[in-house]
Amino acid sequence: MFKVLKKDELSPGVFRFDVEAPRLAKKTRPGQFIILRVNEEGERIPLTVADFDREKGIITIIFQAVGASTQLLSELNEGDSILDFVGPLGKPSEVEPGLGTVVMIGGGIGVAPVYPIARGMHEAGNKVISIMGARSKDILIMEPEMKAVSDEVIITTDDGSYGIKGFVTTALQQLVDRGEKIDVVYAIGPVVMMKSVVEATRPYKLKTIVSLNPIMVDGTGMCGGCRVQVGDETKFACVDGPEFDGHLVDFAGLRERQGMYREMEAEEKDHVCRIGLGR
Amino acid sequence: MALSLKKHPMPEQAPEVRAHNFNEVALGYDEETAVAEAERCLHCKIPQCRKGCPVEVNIPEFIAKIKERDFDGAIAKIKESSSLPAVCGRVCPQENQCEKYCVLGNKGESVAIGRLERFAADREMAQNKEVKPIDYAPDAQKVAIIGAGPAGLSAAGDLARRGYRVTIFEALHTAGGVLSYGIPEFRLPKDAIVKKEIANLEKMGVKIEVNSVIGQLYTIDELMEEEGFDAVFVGTGAGLPHFMNIPGENLNGVYSANEFLTRCNLMKAYRFPDYATPIRVGKKVAVVGGGNVAMDGARTALRLGAEHVYIVYRRGEEELPARKEEVHHAKEEGIDFQLLNNPVEILGDDKGWVRALKCIRMELGEPDASGRRSPVAIKGSEFELEVDTVVMAIGQGPNPIVASTTPGMDTNKRGNIIADETGATTKPGVFAGGDIVTGAATVILAMGAGKKAAAAIDEYLKKKRG
Repeated sequence: MFKVLKKDELSPGVFRFDVEAPRLAKKTRPGQFIILRVNEEGERIPLTVADFDREKGIITIIFQAVGASTQLLSELNEGDSILDFVGPLGKPSEVEPGLGTVVMIGGGIGVAPVYPIARGMHEAGNKVISIMGARSKDILIMEPEMKAVSDEVIITTDDGSYGIKGFVTTALQQLVDRGEKIDVVYAIGPVVMMKSVVEATRPYKLKTIVSLNPIMVDGTGMCGGCRVQVGDETKFACVDGPEFDGHLVDFAGLRERQGMYREMEAEEKDHVCRIGLGR
Repeated sequence: MALSLKKHPMPEQAPEVRAHNFNEVALGYDEETAVAEAERCLHCKIPQCRKGCPVEVNIPEFIAKIKERDFDGAIAKIKESSSLPAVCGRVCPQENQCEKYCVLGNKGESVAIGRLERFAADREMAQNKEVKPIDYAPDAQKVAIIGAGPAGLSAAGDLARRGYRVTIFEALHTAGGVLSYGIPEFRLPKDAIVKKEIANLEKMGVKIEVNSVIGQLYTIDELMEEEGFDAVFVGTGAGLPHFMNIPGENLNGVYSANEFLTRCNLMKAYRFPDYATPIRVGKKVAVVGGGNVAMDGARTALRLGAEHVYIVYRRGEEELPARKEEVHHAKEEGIDFQLLNNPVEILGDDKGWVRALKCIRMELGEPDASGRRSPVAIKGSEFELEVDTVVMAIGQGPNPIVASTTPGMDTNKRGNIIADETGATTKPGVFAGGDIVTGAATVILAMGAGKKAAAAIDEYLKKKRG
């Protein structure tokens, strides 16, 4: 059992949990993910690690309560426990000194997985320019944290309520236009956002890394549910990723596969549990 | 009394009933039937059956005990050699093992050794007997086992009985490996059998740490250098699903058999939405492959509500690698065998969902390396099978996570760990066995490998402590 030590609602429906998981915290590196299962009837939910504290033995996760399973997770309170919590999974980000200028782009709650990578990049002595995008000011998350690990933070909102009015690509274009020499771009967020960043960097041949979150079950390469077309190869996001060269990823295919259970999820949301356990 | 040439038939759920539920197909012998079947055993002076058993169960003696109605004695005899008798009695391919060598088989049917083993194991399990915990020496050496599947469980049982402190590290949230995620409930009940067998090992003193992916959470070197384990056994199985690499395999509605079965067995998707993991089965399903996993996939699809389920296999009936009994059960339940057909493409609709499986007809040519006649495509014979779901059950490879993080432990070009006949790998103190060494095979072969490795680990640790 893995205890929820701290719970915050960052914006409506978006939660931050500090989870007691010392063995995992000791081993987790930026870019990796965990899989959790709330209770015996629960799904295995993959979540990218938003932060880890090796000394305190804490893994931080940030998630949006969208489906039945994340809704159930969001109903846990401080002191409650998560039944299963496994990781670290996937390959870590390639964080190293001497990369140069790194642009870290997070869209929506995609800022959460971007944060530990940005921190790693910053600690390694790279120049970190972060772009954080949100629909509007009130749902922007982790601004102070990102500021602490970035040389510059640019905020964009779709409605112009804060920062630049527009999308993360608007800010990225401004960086390019002002002559910033960019060495690597990281983009994590909704599929449409990652796709538009990739299309924006393609003409400049800017190395762009994306982190994918397809449907998966075990997270160890056993089920193959998370397969995604990367260049002319089929990759398993859980063990070959979750990070890939964005210019090679088939985003259309990824998006279709993410929708595989959409109808069933709708059915589940309206479902009243008959066995009376947990939800 | 005249000796019957036939086995006592196994009571079963009727095909038309069982095709719509997940309850066990075979119901098991009652006492009278078991004793009557045991009486068929000739008690040969030089019993042949034992040499067919990868874990060398003393078959004639346990059958003699059943004959004498000493059922406790029978199971005790089996347990001297086998850690998981209720499992083996169900899923071993006895026709290729013990029963193949039974002399009764020369004239009629062999003794139903598997059914008798199951009877003895089930009878004991129903009594919920107390398991005596092992009394460990204060300085008992520690063995780490990676993977709680048949190989690991078998090694764990044997090592614990020899007085070693055993910890099994399991990547999933439930122990059992293929017994939990792969083999369906209707062939191997999870709560009634698998969980109980594993619980008995735990009561004996084996520690099982679930949610522990070795290679990520700890490397083998860390287990030995920092966590204090004196030896390691790797039994990580064949966990990497193969695909055919044909166009359309990434369409929605295409599953690996691993995913299809894991969703259903481990995650209990057949009870969705009471259990939160969904599965899409559709009306028409094609399962590609001819092994036991393919049969499990097809019969699972049927039970999930599919109206028509095909097995698509590129060779003929004779070449089906599945157990005869499984093929027979599948046919009884109405699975449609499309033999000598090979998929060439999966066709999708405009929304990215499967709409058909395009196949080509095959004919059998010369025997290949495996001795089976190799299938050759008949030019221009392509046709479309209209389906909503395709399950790829064409085999599994070794999962690379452990091997890739263990310097000094060599693998072959397929990625299987290289181990000698005792299970010793190229890394001192590290042993391996089961599918991770041999490639995908059977539960009992993995158990046999676990058992052999346990003996070798015992020897190794005896030397180590001097």
